[in-house]
Amino acid sequence: MTELRKVIIMRSKGAQISIALVCLILGIMLAVQFRTTAAIQATQTDGRIEELTQKLQTVTSERDALAEEVLGLRSKLSNFRQTDQALADLQQEIIDANMAAGLAAVEGPGIILTVDDSPLYYQVGENANAYIVHDYDLLNIVNELKSSGAEAISVNGKRIIAMSEIRCAGPTIIVNADRIAPPFEIRVIGNPDILESGLLMPGGRLEQLKVLGMPVQIQKLEKVEIPAYTGSFKFDYALPVEYKEEAE
Amino acid sequence: MWLLILFCLLVGLIIGFSIPVLMPAIYAKYMSIAILAALDSVFGGIRAYMEDGFDNTIFISGFIVNMVLAAGLAYLGDRLGVELYLAAVVVFGVRIFQNLGIIRRYLLKKY
Repeated sequence: MTELRKVIIMRSKGAQISIALVCLILGIMLAVQFRTTAAIQATQTDGRIEELTQKLQTVTSERDALAEEVLGLRSKLSNFRQTDQALADLQQEIIDANMAAGLAAVEGPGIILTVDDSPLYYQVGENANAYIVHDYDLLNIVNELKSSGAEAISVNGKRIIAMSEIRCAGPTIIVNADRIAPPFEIRVIGNPDILESGLLMPGGRLEQLKVLGMPVQIQKLEKVEIPAYTGSFKFDYALPVEYKEEAE
Repeated sequence: MWLLILFCLLVGLIIGFSIPVLMPAIYAKYMSIAILAALDSVFGGIRAYMEDGFDNTIFISGFIVNMVLAAGLAYLGDRLGVELYLAAVVVFGVRIFQNLGIIRRYLLKKY
């Protein structure tokens, strides 16, 4: 009897020791793993943030440099135009062409149209798209304004020129390669009454936006100022046909 | 018994947190599987101890072999492009819960 108990006690002693030993190893492994996982997560987020920050800084400085270059070239160009009195006749043409191209800031009677995302909170299960102003909404409005005789249009300070794009880019909209966000302020120069009636046409996009609950506001003004196009022009493929023929 | 286990676990944790050893990131996954296997072994050992069926050789060999096997399985799965470590996770997870349940029942019976 005592022999058996002794054996059992001895066995349990051994068992306790080995379990304790394994627990010790387990504890070490657990701690090392905790620290490793924490270190991995820390380096991952750090690296990502650093990378993005660096990218942002490079792109920002690049953009600033390019904007400066554009300004410098513009002023050089206007210097040439101002000093060259012999081409005075051509200057009026250049001004007209600049206005048509959107290179000159313009002012005149017109309207200011303000559109914003719906102030209502969307319920779970509903389509969030019904609560925000989309790129195609702006496109439709701008198109309607053009057909109503608009002479100059800007969206949130971005002059709409012939090659301006209005395009969806995630939660924002890209106009002239710049991101804009709601509320959208569309400035138009033209006959205010015609522009307004064009916008309020039954079945038009603006009516749909109103039905969806977007805040829409139209102001008719005696004087609307529209800024010039601030981007650059670059023609890699297009060549002026007329000049080429003359050269031949 | 319980105090001893907790004490050793605590000592192990303290050692692990104080030594400046870090697993390389690519092996961290295998380490976690190995830890799961070790946990399973510990609970299995405690259970066997309470059932008086504890065998030192089986316990120690099971601890080492299970750990290596689990990590090896995860490694093989990665090489093959099959998430084989899930098999280890499921098996060890189920067994840990079973063993814990049995241990709990024994404790309830005892006290």
